[in-house]
Amino acid sequence: MTYLATHAARVAALLGQHVVLVLVSLAVALVIAVPLGVLAARSPRAGAVVLAVTGALYTIPSLALLALLVAAIGLGQPTAIVALVVYAQMILIRGVVAGLRGVDPALIDSARGLGFTARQTLLRVEFPVALPVVLGGVRVATVSLVALATVAAWINAGGLGVLLFEGISTNNPQKIVAGALAAAALAIAADLILRAAERAVRT
Amino acid sequence: MTSSSSTESPDRGGGGARVELRAAGVRYPGAAAPAVHDVDLVIEAGQFAVLLGPSGCGKSTLLRTINRLVEPTSGTVLIDGGDVRARDATELRRGIGYVIQAVGLFPHYTVAQNVGVVPKLLGWDDARTAARVDELLRLIRLEPARYRDRKPRELSGGEAQRVGVARALAAQPRVLLMDEPFAAVDAIVRASLQDEIARVHRELGTTIVFVTHDVDEALRLADRIVVMNAGHVVQTSPPAELLEHPADEFVRELVGVDAQTRRLALERPLIER
Repeated sequence: MTYLATHAARVAALLGQHVVLVLVSLAVALVIAVPLGVLAARSPRAGAVVLAVTGALYTIPSLALLALLVAAIGLGQPTAIVALVVYAQMILIRGVVAGLRGVDPALIDSARGLGFTARQTLLRVEFPVALPVVLGGVRVATVSLVALATVAAWINAGGLGVLLFEGISTNNPQKIVAGALAAAALAIAADLILRAAERAVRT
Repeated sequence: MTSSSSTESPDRGGGGARVELRAAGVRYPGAAAPAVHDVDLVIEAGQFAVLLGPSGCGKSTLLRTINRLVEPTSGTVLIDGGDVRARDATELRRGIGYVIQAVGLFPHYTVAQNVGVVPKLLGWDDARTAARVDELLRLIRLEPARYRDRKPRELSGGEAQRVGVARALAAQPRVLLMDEPFAAVDAIVRASLQDEIARVHRELGTTIVFVTHDVDEALRLADRIVVMNAGHVVQTSPPAELLEHPADEFVRELVGVDAQTRRLALERPLIER
């Protein structure tokens, strides 16, 4: 705990980098996962392909994926973000698919029968009703990304992982504890906030 | 259809439309037999028509051709003489009420938002929609101040279905389609919902096409009963005639051994008729 007390400003700065890394990755991941999730929920065949591919990507060890990406696009934050986006896909897409498939078909039948277009049905009925389940996926993905983002330090992308790697290489357990505690606190905070959001949108 | 000629209550809608099916048939891809065989049927403006038959006889499919949720694979469906296929499906449906057994109230909307959903799609302003919502809640006997802001999960089954009916009537449709709307509620609630829809029909003069497998419900509500079996219309007649002169053995069995009792029930003047 001493490192945390003496270097609070540095830990806070790295925590800030970590948050940015996770939020940017999450935002980019959602932009990809939502349309893919809609496609997968609509078409069983497309769904099987999407889930197989993202599931396979998810099984790649994170260090191996980072090493491959560094070879392809170099060191730094963008590379780390690409890796995090890839890892988030499976969890996010599964959330979107489960949410949309869980919508009572009677709601869709009603909406169509009352004169909603397909797009209005999706945006005004299916998405809002699916939202708690989708947010559940976002929560699990976020917590995973907080943990995964620590390895980003390995490719000069910053974040709390910096403390872990420094602590390992200089044999300084205080740094490791500080980094681990900060990352754990961030994961717990994200979990609580998103749980509250899930409750708020539940009908 | 908003250009109602009614002088006393212009916001109550312009009565009913005539619905006509000409050799309308539906064959689902890969199905051995058509779900609906060339049906010829005229439902006069303002009539309460009940499609009656066992499950799987094609009555729901037939109903759904009227608002193009199912497209006939042969023949034509006309509303007031116009082919429904000539109109945009979405725009057509906004002018036709639709109520289903599962109700399908949107759980993330309040009662008022549910009832006002079609007016909103049609671009009514908020004041007009709010006034219409209150008017409809009163029509189906739910006190607007008490129910307006409730969520569907705070309603009983009977209340939810009343709201479903109000939602379907919101934009003054001249045709109301109802697919086994009262099948999921208990007998007492069902009877009161039947009274309500009969009264609403009398007050508004909307053409109602109502699907049920319940013979008593059909006899109670219908001006005309359309009996279906295996995709065919086997008889179309007023309730009394159905009991007096069943067209064939199927209809005889459908109205059953209780035909005598049912005739007596029909002859007794109903309180609300």
